[in-house]
Amino acid sequence: MGSLGSLRTRAVAAVAAAGALALVVGCSSSDDSVTGGGKEDGKTTITMGLYGVMGIKETGLLEQYEKENPDVDIKAEIAGDEQTYYTALQTRLAAGKGLKDIQGIEIGRAKEITETQADKFADFSEMSGTDHFLPWKESQISTEDGKVLGLGTDIGPMAVCYRKDYFEKAGLPTDREEVAKLWEGDWKKYVEVGRTFKKDFKGDDVAYMDAASGLFNAMVYGYPEQYYNDKGELIHDTNPAVKEAWNLAADAAEDELTAKLRQFQPGWDPGLANGTFATAVCPAWMLSHISEKAGAANKGKWDVAKAPKGANWGGSFLGVVEQSPVKEEAKKLVAWLTAPEQQAHIFKEIGNIPSSLQALESADVKSAKSEYFSDAPIGQIFGAAAQEIPDKQVLGRKDGTIKDTFSQGLALIEQQGTSRDEAWDTTAERIQKAVG
Amino acid sequence: MATSTTKALAGDEPPGRSPRTGGERTARRRGALLHRLDIKGAPYAFVAPFFVVFAAFSFYPLVYTSWISLHDVELATLDVMEWVAFDNYVELWGDSRFWNALRNTITIGVISTVPQLMMALGLAHLLNYRMRASLFFRVASLVPYATSVAAAALVFTMIFERDFGMINWALGTVGIDPVNWEADKWPAQAAISTIVIWRWTGYNALLYLAAMQAIPADRYEAASLDGASRWQQFTHVTVPGIRSTIVFTIVLSTIGATQLFGEPLIFGQGPNGITGGADNQYQTLGLLLYEEGWKNYQMGRSATVAWAMFMLLVLVFVAQRLIKRLRSRTS
Repeated sequence: MGSLGSLRTRAVAAVAAAGALALVVGCSSSDDSVTGGGKEDGKTTITMGLYGVMGIKETGLLEQYEKENPDVDIKAEIAGDEQTYYTALQTRLAAGKGLKDIQGIEIGRAKEITETQADKFADFSEMSGTDHFLPWKESQISTEDGKVLGLGTDIGPMAVCYRKDYFEKAGLPTDREEVAKLWEGDWKKYVEVGRTFKKDFKGDDVAYMDAASGLFNAMVYGYPEQYYNDKGELIHDTNPAVKEAWNLAADAAEDELTAKLRQFQPGWDPGLANGTFATAVCPAWMLSHISEKAGAANKGKWDVAKAPKGANWGGSFLGVVEQSPVKEEAKKLVAWLTAPEQQAHIFKEIGNIPSSLQALESADVKSAKSEYFSDAPIGQIFGAAAQEIPDKQVLGRKDGTIKDTFSQGLALIEQQGTSRDEAWDTTAERIQKAVG
Repeated sequence: MATSTTKALAGDEPPGRSPRTGGERTARRRGALLHRLDIKGAPYAFVAPFFVVFAAFSFYPLVYTSWISLHDVELATLDVMEWVAFDNYVELWGDSRFWNALRNTITIGVISTVPQLMMALGLAHLLNYRMRASLFFRVASLVPYATSVAAAALVFTMIFERDFGMINWALGTVGIDPVNWEADKWPAQAAISTIVIWRWTGYNALLYLAAMQAIPADRYEAASLDGASRWQQFTHVTVPGIRSTIVFTIVLSTIGATQLFGEPLIFGQGPNGITGGADNQYQTLGLLLYEEGWKNYQMGRSATVAWAMFMLLVLVFVAQRLIKRLRSRTS
């Protein structure tokens, strides 16, 4: 090929390239709505991105809203687990594409959102009728300059779910008041009961608790400071509360009191259905999961007892995306969904505890009982537990990731037989990587 | 062909034989120019769309990835980039997770690729025999390939489940203790390899089969006249006959093994999928890339892993060429 020929081919190629590029560019600029929501023919469409069982769709609230507002059409997309959901949300926030009008925000991500994405969410601080929440709930989703990026849905006060039939086989009391007394005031007593259970249980292979990570989370979330101090510095490796929780969870793992399962992962569900463990530390929102996965066959076998100490594990917010074309309508919907009546409705249907103080104090919530859990007065148990939650809870940017990394660290002790010191060092190293 | 002959003829015409005006001459020259452009340029114009798409969706991302890998970038704030030169690469070199992931990628690659290609060869040999419903068997062997990774991996995860999985149940019936497929290193790697083998054996078998059918039948006749057994026919006629296809499948499988991602991700489920187990016991390079980028949100480090994977493939390719050259020189 001569040099003249190659010059010509270059020219031809350049023209073809320009043409193809024009096509590509032409495609990407024809987007009518960034969120999928919008107004057309007098009808307003609002899109939602949710995860897990937040109870908003499951209890028919969306249909009720559509019925009361015939010109509103709501499309909700629900991801199974929150980690997958949040990863996608991060990517979409960065790209500014694929977002929904309303996005769920989990408590472990609240700090990261308020610190890095505040300009991408609409402000609720001026909205009237939104002052019915627990005082600490809304502060968690507020930025330093007073912008409120979302409204609270539920909170995660803690109790212990246990199998009455297994407790009986181990010669332990089965009445929820007496069971609560066994471990009153100290998580160490809860593990001690586990040792008794393991020794005295007559029957097949049943572990005392599902996973060491459940116990760890319950303990850590009982303290105002967890992985960060209020200056925003990482204290996960120096905080005595974390170390104490780690050591007790490691005790439980080393004494083989756990079923070595991973919470919310596939092995856990058949474990519930087949009853391979006798207790699980359960935040209020876990009740719906247990009753669903353990199934009708185990109805009445489970009961709920007060946890040794109060703590808040989990809970969520609903935020509205700033670039939403139906921002005001979406905010109105969020305010309605998180209003006391609706929160009480979700609680009665599936057991998620309201973050609204007004809802918590309503007679409806206080008197609620769970049929599945042997008619346990869950309104009373979790309501009281909610009072015990520390008023100040310091959140940090990477809380969610750090929690998952600690869970994996405990799995090292449970499943791989790693020593607790080695697992601690590995975890600290991984957290260092994860926070950058 | 035909056009180039005409062109050659036109060029051969001796100049100045018949006197012509200048205008005629330039028109003729322009015509010849367009003609030559048509011949030499057209093929490039036809292949251009591929290369444009390649440039936009492969080459540009490749270059951009290398640019990102020289920075500190977070996923949430992609526009804030801090130049760190080769720090990410230095850090990766000293990171035990990288070497662990590299080792896992190699071991899973070997225990999935070697049995897979062996079995594919055997399967192809069997399918090559005259038999009833051969079409059915050929289609059936391709079905796993047509199944999505997600569906396959999910089903296998349930089969390999520790407490209520089918395999542990079957082991239990013959008195073997249950195996903790997810938590223990080698069982986990074997389980993941099983998914890969199941998906790709049929596909490779069909490639081998197509190559086998191109071997002339008289070679087999000649071999059997010389008294070669079935096995000798297989090793001395079939395998040499499909050598280039075997090399091709080895190259494909090596690339696939280097990029192994979906199977371990789904096998691990949730956080363990991303880290390749609580102890990173089955974390491949692909998973490490994902962990850095989509769990730790560090795009710079993630891009560095991507480039390391790419360089690894280049290295394997160069090594293979060197060995080939050395061997051809010695023989």
